[in-house]
Amino acid sequence: MRILRHLVWKEFLQVFRDPATAVQIFIIPVLQLLILSNAATFDVPRAGLLVVDQDRSSVSARLIDRLDGSGRFSVVAVVPTEAGVEQAFLDREARAVLRIPRDFERDLARTQRATVLLSLDAEDGAAAGILQTAALQVIGDVSRALVPAGGSAITMRRGPPIDIRTSNWFNPTGNYKHFMVPGLLVSLTSIIGLLITAQNIVREKEIGTIEQLNVSPITRTQFLLGKLLPFWILAMIIFSLGMIVGVFVFGIPTQGSVPLVFLSAAIYLVVALGLGLLISTIARTQQQVMFIAFFVLLLFLLLSGIFTPLESAPGWAQAIAAVNPVKYFVWVMRTVLVRGGGIGDVWPTLAGLGIAGVAVMTLAVRQYDKRSA
Amino acid sequence: MSLLTGRLAALRGIVVKEARHVLRDRQTLVILLLMPLVQVLLYGYAIRTDVRGIRTVIVDPTPDATTRGLASRFSASTRHQLVSVQPTTGTMARGFAAGTWRQAVVLPTDVSRRIARREALSVQVITDGSDPNAGNAMKAYAEAIIRRWYAESSGNAAENATPGITVESRMRFNPTMESANLFVPGLIALVVTIVSAMMTAVAITREKEMGTMEMLLVSPLRPSTIVLGKVVPYAVLGLINVGIVLAAAIVVFHVPVRGSMTLLLAMCLLYVITTLAIGIVISTAARTQRTAMLAALGGLLLPTIMLSGFIFPVDSLPAPLHAISAIVPARWFLVIVRGIMLKGSGISVLWQEMLVLSVLTVGLLAVGIRRLSVRLD
Repeated sequence: MRILRHLVWKEFLQVFRDPATAVQIFIIPVLQLLILSNAATFDVPRAGLLVVDQDRSSVSARLIDRLDGSGRFSVVAVVPTEAGVEQAFLDREARAVLRIPRDFERDLARTQRATVLLSLDAEDGAAAGILQTAALQVIGDVSRALVPAGGSAITMRRGPPIDIRTSNWFNPTGNYKHFMVPGLLVSLTSIIGLLITAQNIVREKEIGTIEQLNVSPITRTQFLLGKLLPFWILAMIIFSLGMIVGVFVFGIPTQGSVPLVFLSAAIYLVVALGLGLLISTIARTQQQVMFIAFFVLLLFLLLSGIFTPLESAPGWAQAIAAVNPVKYFVWVMRTVLVRGGGIGDVWPTLAGLGIAGVAVMTLAVRQYDKRSA
Repeated sequence: MSLLTGRLAALRGIVVKEARHVLRDRQTLVILLLMPLVQVLLYGYAIRTDVRGIRTVIVDPTPDATTRGLASRFSASTRHQLVSVQPTTGTMARGFAAGTWRQAVVLPTDVSRRIARREALSVQVITDGSDPNAGNAMKAYAEAIIRRWYAESSGNAAENATPGITVESRMRFNPTMESANLFVPGLIALVVTIVSAMMTAVAITREKEMGTMEMLLVSPLRPSTIVLGKVVPYAVLGLINVGIVLAAAIVVFHVPVRGSMTLLLAMCLLYVITTLAIGIVISTAARTQRTAMLAALGGLLLPTIMLSGFIFPVDSLPAPLHAISAIVPARWFLVIVRGIMLKGSGISVLWQEMLVLSVLTVGLLAVGIRRLSVRLD
């Protein structure tokens, strides 16, 4: 125990001796959390809409008017022909093109049916998807308003309209920050925690000081615990700072128990930092550490459900994600903070993370060879 | 003239030395060359922004043939995954809290009878909105299914289509919304940013940390020659990475290159230089490899993912962030690569982005070289 305390103290001294590192460790995550949380939004502002109106009727004018007034589109031009459409797309002047065919109004009046063609610039797929949804909504509204009135000539035998009442639980105002802040906090804590842990042992290898530790009577387990604990404490501090920023600056909800979130973080960080240790027992130079860490981090972050819905990924990607600790921790965070889940909902996941933590640490101890390292 | 040849010889010397460093470390080299490939293969398939596999529960107090029709529509939907049909809301709150339910469709009693009597039918759709974007999409998908089901069961669909305006939408430049087409340009930027910036930053700080930088600086070599020499091998590596990633994208994912391949490669070269310049700037500020690493990976990874348009559209960034994103080189590079690959755009369309990227590159290089010549402390 006393040995461990000394080892931990030594690491703290080493970290804080270099003010640049100390500043980085805390500033990078907090600053990025403050800035990037605002970035995570899919609210596309008004996009340029070019209309090819071959109908030039009152209905087509109404449709264009509504789209322009929807706040999602700003009509850049209404043209009678296709000429120039392609160029507008290429110049990024228009992100969407609506084509209203000839006899649009007449068809709508006679048969109650008419078709318009909407082309979206899918160069940026996410934005295109959002614009599509927005356009469908506006046109759908116009259509519902028009058809009963405009189609008075034919009285169709129709049932009463269905009334679908929708509600979004957990985030009724659709505040993207409530969703992203927990995810970003997990990302940042993982990136910094894993990096400083992974870099540490390799640095001792590179400078040669590891030999001195190896010839000392410290056991492998003590050595690795002495390497884990200080960074675990640092990572917990980063996490706490992030939680403070999240709750007080961004007002993320704390539906569930906050101590439970910290307990989960404590367990998760053993896994994340344990992986860092494992990397540093394998790698020989700091460059290698960086690449392996980069690979592991990118894999974990992109397959965590933080940025994109994981359910949409193909089966094999979900299989990889099944061993992704980041995914589980993000899920726990969102479940407890946003959805108000309790220990009853998350304990199997936490138990799994705990087992993973023990496994990773055991592996690191086995991998670490005092003689060859 | 002899001065110039002398300097060229010195440069060649440094390049050879640095290339040996890189080639000697086989392990790192293999990681360097294989990793980008694995990443593109992985993410080209794995990242999708659309919503699928929505775990849905139908609450149906009085199941009959009509409501079973709705259930089968949901289970047939590729978007939804029907978890169960149950008579009461029962464990709904629990299910949503634990995340095992993402959506619930709550039907009233006696649906068939209500439809037969032409009574108004009120259906409730509850969606897990913790991810607002996915939540809205899930809501829209469910509504569409319910409307279609209702139209058919209530006989409104007799004339085979619901009246009103039909919107036929097309996704220009990426009609099937292949995720590879969307993400490969971004991945090139991400991989190159991290690889080149990180490699250079660490390679230069390593010499500082080991003390060998001082030896180089007291030699008659000029600081700019030293840095240039150190950077060239990594520029080559970066370009090889771009080549591998592009080849994988074209061969495996059939990502189109509709514009000029030469222009694309030239732009990739420019971007490699940009990121190397970032690496140099970081290395002039960092004294240890740890600092360099934290700055390069900790400081660049998330901003490159989030502020470049890789996942979140740049247009949707709030104004201050939109301004910040202007100094993220990846943002400009992404527009250029997507433009060339997907839209077949040329210089006439993309010159502004190219100009900004060039200015950023020159600026970064100037800062990097200037700061480096101010000797070590």
